Amino acid sequence: MLHLPILRGRRGPYRSLTVERLDHVTSGEPLAEVSQANPGLIALDYESAPQRRRALEAIPAAELIARCRRAAELFMNGELVIGADGETQSADDYVRCLSGSTGMPEALCRDNMSKLEFVFERMEQVLAGLSRGLDPSALDQGWTEEDGRTVSFLAQADTLGVILPSNSPGVHSLWLPSVALKTPLTLKPGSREPWTPLRAAAALLAAGCPPEAVAFYPTNHSGAAEILLRSGRSMLFGDRSTVRNWADDERVQLHGPGWSKVLLGADQMPHWQDHLDTLAESVAANGGRSCVNASGVRLAASGQHGRDLAEALADRLAAIEARPLDHPAAALCGFGDRRVAEALNDLIDRQLATGGAEDLTARARGGDRLVEVDGLAYLLPTVIWCDDPNHPLAQTELLFPFVSVVEVPPEDLVRGLDDSLVVTALTQDPEVHRELMGNRHIERLNLGAIPTCRVSWDQPHEGNLFEHLYRQRSFQAAG
Amino acid sequence: MIASPTAGSGADLEAAVEAARERLDAHVREMVAWHFDPATGSPFWLEFAAGLDFDPRDEIGGYRDLAVLGHFEDEWLRGGPVRRWVPKGLEGRPIAVFETGGTTGTPKSRVNIEDFRIDYEMFSDSLSDESFPPGGDWLMLGPTGPRRLRLAIEHLAQHRGGIAFHVDLDPRWVNRLVGNGRLRELEEYKDHITDQALKVLRAHEIRCLFTTPKLLEALCRRIDLAKAGVRGIFCGGTEMNAQFHRFAREELVPGIDFVPTYGNTLMGLAHSRPFDPAVGDYSIVYYPPQPRAVIDLVDPDDATRTVDYGQTGRVMLTTLTREFFMPRFLERDEAERDPPMALYPWDGVRDLRLWAPLKATVSVGVY
Repeated sequence: MLHLPILRGRRGPYRSLTVERLDHVTSGEPLAEVSQANPGLIALDYESAPQRRRALEAIPAAELIARCRRAAELFMNGELVIGADGETQSADDYVRCLSGSTGMPEALCRDNMSKLEFVFERMEQVLAGLSRGLDPSALDQGWTEEDGRTVSFLAQADTLGVILPSNSPGVHSLWLPSVALKTPLTLKPGSREPWTPLRAAAALLAAGCPPEAVAFYPTNHSGAAEILLRSGRSMLFGDRSTVRNWADDERVQLHGPGWSKVLLGADQMPHWQDHLDTLAESVAANGGRSCVNASGVRLAASGQHGRDLAEALADRLAAIEARPLDHPAAALCGFGDRRVAEALNDLIDRQLATGGAEDLTARARGGDRLVEVDGLAYLLPTVIWCDDPNHPLAQTELLFPFVSVVEVPPEDLVRGLDDSLVVTALTQDPEVHRELMGNRHIERLNLGAIPTCRVSWDQPHEGNLFEHLYRQRSFQAAG
Repeated sequence: MIASPTAGSGADLEAAVEAARERLDAHVREMVAWHFDPATGSPFWLEFAAGLDFDPRDEIGGYRDLAVLGHFEDEWLRGGPVRRWVPKGLEGRPIAVFETGGTTGTPKSRVNIEDFRIDYEMFSDSLSDESFPPGGDWLMLGPTGPRRLRLAIEHLAQHRGGIAFHVDLDPRWVNRLVGNGRLRELEEYKDHITDQALKVLRAHEIRCLFTTPKLLEALCRRIDLAKAGVRGIFCGGTEMNAQFHRFAREELVPGIDFVPTYGNTLMGLAHSRPFDPAVGDYSIVYYPPQPRAVIDLVDPDDATRTVDYGQTGRVMLTTLTREFFMPRFLERDEAERDPPMALYPWDGVRDLRLWAPLKATVSVGVY
């Protein structure tokens, strides 16, 4: 069987005696066994973090960017070494395995591939966006002159630790720039999704990056904690309870739930039909699996338009069917563990039973929310009309196209948004714009018809990776 | 006659297994006679027997017959009065009470008189004099508190002519930190413990170490134990697995003898299959100190059925000493059943770990 090893930097692939098997979510066919790192091994390897950093520092930034560009093509089309015994993987194998272990349709897996390809390919642009145009060569000698001013940046960490999720491969594009920023990666893959980080690592190595550039440790919670404790800087993807424990640690950049939303101002309510595309894409793109998918729609109350909009959105989303994973038009992800789908379905039904909320998609789809296709459980898109923004279903984010629609008095449109990764505001009202611009709970703000899931890769996402890895410092050199 | 500790010819092994089985049955009869005799038994078991419609002394002729008593329930050990567990035949002796870690609720208490000494003296026979030199001093870095481990390790050191130094770890505090996600405080606590250990290691000539896997890792980040003079490490905890064993021998403490052990307050101390570098099999196989304790691996859905060799089963533990009688207690652990070997001609348990259904509810920290 294919064995996915631990990658220990200079020490190369390592086969653990502790392995976890990854099976196909429908056929049960074993896809691979994955070596699991014991936490002590990870901690021991951290002793070589300074050497790992030096290996990347020795390569000019321009060269690292060029290698990333080569990695783009390799990631997309290459036959890459991923197995412990030198087994290779084609792009098609990658898509089949990724889909098979996560329940994400192959078509969506391919879409996500192109997000990583884009970041690899346009690394220079991405870095320029993150660093606001700093010449990457400034990282080679630690300082540069810009417009006659000396600027110097100091690296904050020998390695970037990343605790990765299994929900969607697109998020892996967020940590890719680290190598070009001369900071080696220490990756802990999600238990169902070792494929993408391993393939990205393999592409970087095949493109000429040294083995020190990426370490890869499939491991348990305590192994993840070792990475977070020992990395000078890290990124943590996880649910609310996971990220809460690290909230006051400045070394850890948190990527928790998104709570992304779309707002419709009073001025746009008469034109609600014009916004259905933006709404539907925000909710359902990528199978609703991303943190940037909208889980809430807030409407400025305006008589009957709100209800019309919600029903039309329900009709639109109810047209999305559950299809087999290899269907070219499949747009919903299956649940590898049927009990999870059942639990989420029951949760929604229980909260509907408390009153004040209605499942508008129930009528449109004319059947159960929980269905089985090809032996795999799916939750069909669900639009919930809530009478009150405080209803529990108006504060829920789930791993499928699920959204609540709620009307609020126009003056309250921007109030009580809580933390929102993305807010798309459909309004021309300058007062609402002003309030949104100053709202500290919004991470990414889209004004106008930009779906929440449309990400611009030269913009920060839940923090700016460059600022996370580097700090500007005072510097003077005697001429 | 057994030629090698790890191998034996089929016929020799079979004979040894048979002899061990007969010895166990005889021991069971002896223990049942003791614990259910009104002159020597404990109030708990005498009262228990009064509720039966048979006399266990008549019905129990060997280990398998213990089934007539059902399963020992851990609730019986949670709370007092602990004196109900003291056999009348041992009244007047100094009594210690030891507690379990409390990971599954209120700690279980067990009274103890000499058992911990006997268990560790037996265990001592399995340690090599080269790695654990007689007269060598010990450092115990682990749970002291209300556990038998502190006295037991100290006795082991004394029994081998050494002196034991101690640094305490409170596993209940660790569990609380882990449970609340306070991992940085846990690091601080580990630092606090390893700081103390370093002082002992630098100030004294320590040759032997007892500790837990996680503390060993923490210690090795601070000091080269081989250079510090440590020759043998005795390491315990259910979280140890083959990968850790290999990692310890290959990378963490190369050149130091590493002996994995599993013990608990209820059973005593199991012996592990000796590591054979020529074979390189790092899986950890424990053999209970039979006949004083027996481990059966049973079907979790039908505890009357022992699983086949190589199959996974839930640990069913029986302790049979004059101080403590605990028939057929279903533990929180699972393992694979391993066949007898020449050195230990009875069943072993391979890759012991927390029973899968409990993994979500029990937190295991530094321990």
